[in-house]
Amino acid sequence: MNTAAWWLVLLQALLFLLGAPLLVAWVRRVKARLQNRRGASLWQPYRDFYKLFAKETLVAHTASSVFRAAPYIVFGSTLLACMVVPLLALGLPSAAVADVIVLVGFLALGRFFLTLAGMDIGTAFGGMGASREMLVSALAEPAMLMAVFTLAMTAHSTNLASIAEHQLSTGLILRPSYLFALMGLVLVAIAETGRIPVDNPTTHLELTMIHEAMLLEYSGRHLALMEWAAQLKLMLYGVLIVNVFLPWGIATEFTPLALAVGLLAVVGKLIFLGLLLGVAETGLAKMRLFRAPQFLNLALLLALLGLLSHVILEGGA
Amino acid sequence: MIYNLPPALLFAYAAVLAALGSALIALGTARVPGFKTLMFILLGLSGAAAVVAGLAALSAPAAAVAELPLGLPWLPWHLRLDALAGFFMLIIGLVVMAVSVYGPGYVRDFEHGQDSLLVLGVFTGLFVAAMLLVVLADDAFLFMISWELMSLSSYFLVAFQHEQAANRRAAFIYLLMAQIGALSILLGYAVLAGFGGGFAFDAMRATHLSPLWASIAFGLGFVGFGMKAGLVPMHAWLPEAHPAAPSHVSALMSGIMLKVAVYGFIRFTFDLLGSLQWQWGVAVLVVGSISALMGVLAALMQRDLKRLLAYSSVENIGIIFISLGLGLIFFATGHPLAGVLGLVAALYHSLNHALFKSLLFLGAGSILHATHERDLERMGGLLRRMPWTGLFFLSGCISISALPPFNGFVSEWLTFQTALQAWLLKGGVMRSLIPIAAAVLALTGALSAACFVRAYGIAFLGQARSRRVRRARPVSRGMRSAQGFLALLCLLCGIFPTTVLQWLNAVPQQLLGRGLNEATAHGWLWLTPIAPQTASYSAPIVLLALLLVWWFSASLLRRGKVREVRRCDPWGCGFSDGLPSPRMQYTATAFAQPFRRVFGLLFHVDERVEREEPGLRHQLQITDRAWGLFYEPVGRWVQAASRRVIRLQSGNIRVYLGWSLGTLLVLLWLIS
Repeated sequence: MNTAAWWLVLLQALLFLLGAPLLVAWVRRVKARLQNRRGASLWQPYRDFYKLFAKETLVAHTASSVFRAAPYIVFGSTLLACMVVPLLALGLPSAAVADVIVLVGFLALGRFFLTLAGMDIGTAFGGMGASREMLVSALAEPAMLMAVFTLAMTAHSTNLASIAEHQLSTGLILRPSYLFALMGLVLVAIAETGRIPVDNPTTHLELTMIHEAMLLEYSGRHLALMEWAAQLKLMLYGVLIVNVFLPWGIATEFTPLALAVGLLAVVGKLIFLGLLLGVAETGLAKMRLFRAPQFLNLALLLALLGLLSHVILEGGA
Repeated sequence: MIYNLPPALLFAYAAVLAALGSALIALGTARVPGFKTLMFILLGLSGAAAVVAGLAALSAPAAAVAELPLGLPWLPWHLRLDALAGFFMLIIGLVVMAVSVYGPGYVRDFEHGQDSLLVLGVFTGLFVAAMLLVVLADDAFLFMISWELMSLSSYFLVAFQHEQAANRRAAFIYLLMAQIGALSILLGYAVLAGFGGGFAFDAMRATHLSPLWASIAFGLGFVGFGMKAGLVPMHAWLPEAHPAAPSHVSALMSGIMLKVAVYGFIRFTFDLLGSLQWQWGVAVLVVGSISALMGVLAALMQRDLKRLLAYSSVENIGIIFISLGLGLIFFATGHPLAGVLGLVAALYHSLNHALFKSLLFLGAGSILHATHERDLERMGGLLRRMPWTGLFFLSGCISISALPPFNGFVSEWLTFQTALQAWLLKGGVMRSLIPIAAAVLALTGALSAACFVRAYGIAFLGQARSRRVRRARPVSRGMRSAQGFLALLCLLCGIFPTTVLQWLNAVPQQLLGRGLNEATAHGWLWLTPIAPQTASYSAPIVLLALLLVWWFSASLLRRGKVREVRRCDPWGCGFSDGLPSPRMQYTATAFAQPFRRVFGLLFHVDERVEREEPGLRHQLQITDRAWGLFYEPVGRWVQAASRRVIRLQSGNIRVYLGWSLGTLLVLLWLIS
């Protein structure tokens, strides 16, 4: 039983690894269709990875060991963060090892090394990207914590599986706190995964870059790992939104049927979420950098409103 | 007599005596060269004895008490080493040990003028002994004596490099504020002693004050200890004084003297005052939150590495007081479990901050030693020149940014868990205040990560920005091993939080009669502060998983088709001559610029561009708003008051005699 659960954790990690590029490809496909293009195949990210892993890896003369270690640290901590989020089933042991605060900590650890790597070469763009990334994350991280704390206080637990379980058991009640928290988390997810309108993952202008500016000097397998980590992060936030706020369909027992239903449910939800993201990105333009704090303040305000309306209006119990 | 002393107290005496001995030995350093080593050995022994005493006190079932026939004739010195004192003694001991290993290499810079090494050694020894005595004191008299000794000896350490006017000014501000704080504490004790009928803490514990007098005493104590701890707005001395002292003394001041102030506050509030009121908790929570936020923002704006670290101490003290405020609120409203959790989180963070802040100050000291540079804008590329210092400084940065699996994360996690118990409370004010405080804490954590990415990235990564930094050499083995020792402790406290909590549990158990037994009930792997279903964290498994994933991905990728990496030039941004020069790098000021724009309102930012021949001149000055909002009005008020008082001073001897006679008459009338 216990070993089966640990195997399930590994399976979940594998699904995250394989699913993340697919989710990104899906969003790209949606955007392409909305822009009247045919778009690349859904397998394109895998081909990119294959190409990058086979290529020679270049490292600048000025780089220190931080630059070379960072891809592994960023990738590893993002993957661990993914393992904490319930993807197929609830009650996995990984959720007990690390709760939602630790999840935020894992993401922060990855970001810490990502920004350090950006500053390591000593070019202007790396430092610029690092500074902007830290600004965005400094404003996004409290909003994210407040959003999940709203749920955590409702469920009296910071364990993600318990939170989702509590959601399942109470049924769908539209509480104001819940809506505020969801809106806040969506805004945070957009900012943290570097999507439009905060950052543009496909930009070619160095001066407007945030995430890409830190990766400018990376190549080969290092670049592949960094890209993969970014894709994992997108999927992580997607799963966090759909499976913690709307956990219906997720497996509560470890039978093949329940797991299959869980897989179908999460895939369906992610397809829908990807569709929404693609539509939103097509409709919006990227903001100036100094508009981003306003956007994130809105996220923080929404999340805080959620928490306050929970403790004041809903009796907090 | 010495045989029936409890071992904890015996080691505590040894620690104090060894620290005093090192001060004494320092007197001879000018004549005998070997005394320098002996001085630091004694200091190290004092630290080790303090660690042993602390551990013994934490594991002893009850407090060890003693009376020494010193001090006033009717008031012998009362000493008491309970779990709380033992815990802080442990903190002091650990940092003093590291500093004593670091010191011999560092003070080599000061040896040119022999008498100054004497001053440094004497006052360092006295300073350590005084801090140990503060923790040991069990009556207000001894407490105040050792408190003042601590303030005065550290004043001389701040004023050590008094050739520079800035250091003299820093030392004066420090002394002034330390005295105001001490006066406030003294008055606080006076209230307690007045009702309790004695200076001994036992008498104070036994009294029950009316809520009004208790609140007055609390207010006085909070101001006094808060001033020493560096809470906003009483923090102005801290960023001036801590960087002015030699770096290993800065480590002592930021690492442990601030903790002694935290100790004083805990002793005064939780132990002596007895009946707690939730309004105090609210005040502490609000002041703590403001300190945390303002401290980290100010740290983010600094160019001077040591000032940055000093401001970050303000932030961390703020975090400690947030936990203490939460603890007070929960205790006063009758939720002891959550209250104990808050107190434990504060204690844990005190330990962590002592470890990583001393580590970072020692790191900054190593940079200063190797390059004579404190300005971030002139650093860069130090990781390749000082790899060990770079590695240890990085672990300090990770710890202070509250990232798993290091220790800062654990205490912040515990604080969040305390805040999440807000649903227990009834009133709307507190219920809404605590989530806001939690949001501030989250913002603080994220900003401090930004602050230390900036500090590390600018100082250790990239390319050297000045000649002196380009020629930096690794520091001596002693200095490196001191940093390594602290870095290792940071990691251990992060990986084995349950073990640390098991030791720490004795403090609330003895102080409040209630421990946090649930937290450690599920074995050393699991940390479960309230209950396993509420929250759990397993740091060892997290570390194991991190290492496994890193190892796995690294080893998998090394099997790929192209194994080697090729070194090449970085992208030259399209310039034909290729390599980007060090001057093209992002600077520390530039890194902080977006933060200045977003949070600039909280500071007085004076940023201008002046046209000058040839070209432009950029000017940036950031001032703490506390000066304008708090200190200047107080200063004006004091001056106005003195202008009134000065009228008494006519210069005529007969008038003065008249005043004396009048005072005497009034006093006689009052007594009779």
